[in-house]
Amino acid sequence: MNTVKRILGIVWILLGVAAVWYLIYNQAVPLWKAGGENIIAAVIYIFVLCPIIAGSLGCFGWFAWKGEFDE
Amino acid sequence: MSQKRSPMFAVIGASSVGTMIEWYDFYIFGSLATLISTKFFPSGNETLAFLSTLATFAAGFIVRPFGALFFGRLGDLIGRKYTFMVTLLLMGGATFLIGCIPAYETIGFISPLLVLLLRLLQGLALGGEYGGAATYVAEHSPAHQRGLMTSWIQTTATAGLIISLVVIAVTRASMSRESFEAFGWRIPFLASAVMIYVSYIIRRNMHESPLFAKAKAEGKTSVNPLKESFGNRYNLKYVLLALLGVTMGQGVVWYTGQFYAMSFIERVMHVPKVQVDSILIWALCLGTPFFIFFGWLSDKIGRKWIMMAGMLVAVLSYRYIYTQMYETVNVQNKTELTAETKFTAELKGADSVYTTTRKYSDGTIFTEAITLKEGVRHTETHVTVTDADKRTLIFWVFIQVLFVTMVYGPIAAFLVEMFPVKIRYTSMSLPYHVGNGIFGGLLPAIATFLVTRAGTINEKAASMGLLPPIDKPYLEGLWYPIVIAAICLVIGVVYLDGKDNRVDD
Repeated sequence: MNTVKRILGIVWILLGVAAVWYLIYNQAVPLWKAGGENIIAAVIYIFVLCPIIAGSLGCFGWFAWKGEFDE
Repeated sequence: MSQKRSPMFAVIGASSVGTMIEWYDFYIFGSLATLISTKFFPSGNETLAFLSTLATFAAGFIVRPFGALFFGRLGDLIGRKYTFMVTLLLMGGATFLIGCIPAYETIGFISPLLVLLLRLLQGLALGGEYGGAATYVAEHSPAHQRGLMTSWIQTTATAGLIISLVVIAVTRASMSRESFEAFGWRIPFLASAVMIYVSYIIRRNMHESPLFAKAKAEGKTSVNPLKESFGNRYNLKYVLLALLGVTMGQGVVWYTGQFYAMSFIERVMHVPKVQVDSILIWALCLGTPFFIFFGWLSDKIGRKWIMMAGMLVAVLSYRYIYTQMYETVNVQNKTELTAETKFTAELKGADSVYTTTRKYSDGTIFTEAITLKEGVRHTETHVTVTDADKRTLIFWVFIQVLFVTMVYGPIAAFLVEMFPVKIRYTSMSLPYHVGNGIFGGLLPAIATFLVTRAGTINEKAASMGLLPPIDKPYLEGLWYPIVIAAICLVIGVVYLDGKDNRVDD
């Protein structure tokens, strides 16, 4: 199980990167282009949600890869 | 020196009542958002629309984690009791003042700015309330009943929602529509002052958490809870695990089973709001006791697997449930009584309203009103459901509420047990409010985007003479909670050790 935890650590890091890419290009950019009050949502996606997802999945994945969750 | 302890029923009562009122305060704004926007953010003004969106988004999710950090730190420094009295008074004061602010047409731009500020204060207060209430109850509870005792706190969000719907419905019913829209909508906000005062008096007479009081007497509290919570590698990994393995999935299941279900029935299925509110109230009332049941059960068999099971059944069944709900009301499945179809046209100067009413053999009534106002066409559709269909919808929403009770019932005790006394309020509050406020709070926006995109894809295909590639576009919004809950499920199953920890560490 410890091996599974460590290998999945890489998966979480990559998932964080993929999620950020998706949020920016599929949500934030179209909202920004739509303009008006949609810009608020775009700003929130880029400056709030993306750092949280990237930061949390990235850190968690790194800890897992390094064996911090090993039994 | 022995610490004074309040009786358990008083601890639960003081915590639960206050938390429930705070949820009520938070929800009445959302429930009356459409009406409030006409008072403070009237349409036709871009800046006001901007402020309106900011009030909705920012208060709904950005501010809650900041409230968790600010009040969590305070609670770990000076104590749980005083901190969650501050959050109570802050929420009550902000809510009461929202009810007092004159409309935009009276005082101009200062009006929406004040509403925005007060809404942000509501979000901050809510961010600080839950961690304090859950921690306070857990630190009084005997170890073998911690799940049961804290599960009462878990009922408060749903109870607050029910009470907000009931208070608004009763206020509406007690006066004409014009009176409610003129001044009646303020009553639920003003009524909060009485509720908050009662709750304040109850909480004021409570003693501090015995575990915190003991830690403080022994000099074992933290001097910098934020640094110890998030700057300490050992604790940070558990904060991340709490978020990614528990609260993220719990947040999306919670929002799907209650708010998305309500929104789906009203906006996708076009059931009138009065019926939607009734369906939700019934389903919530039937489901709420299960928060207590699953909290109790978690004391017997452990907390992890109940929460993981709740996420699993949600992931596997959401698309089926929403298909069943949609098809229950879908008039294409019903027999139209064509002889009773009515068409009316109402002309008011340059404006006009064309209404088509269709009746079906089971009693369903379909109404479509096309309004032409100043050259702009607006269509409003309603499907008034029969009592039988209403019971079916109540059943399916109740099932979703059951999933909510599985993931949410044990979670307070689980989060409390993950962290040591000296940084508990801080460490558990942040992942809770990020999971619920951000991942859960974003659900309506992301789900709407997915549904709209699916509709656009199908329209494009149809315009090119191709078959629509997406079979049920109205279900596409569910992919967000399904994917988030599935990721959380995998992380929770693999990384959570499922061993209940000592609360007094």
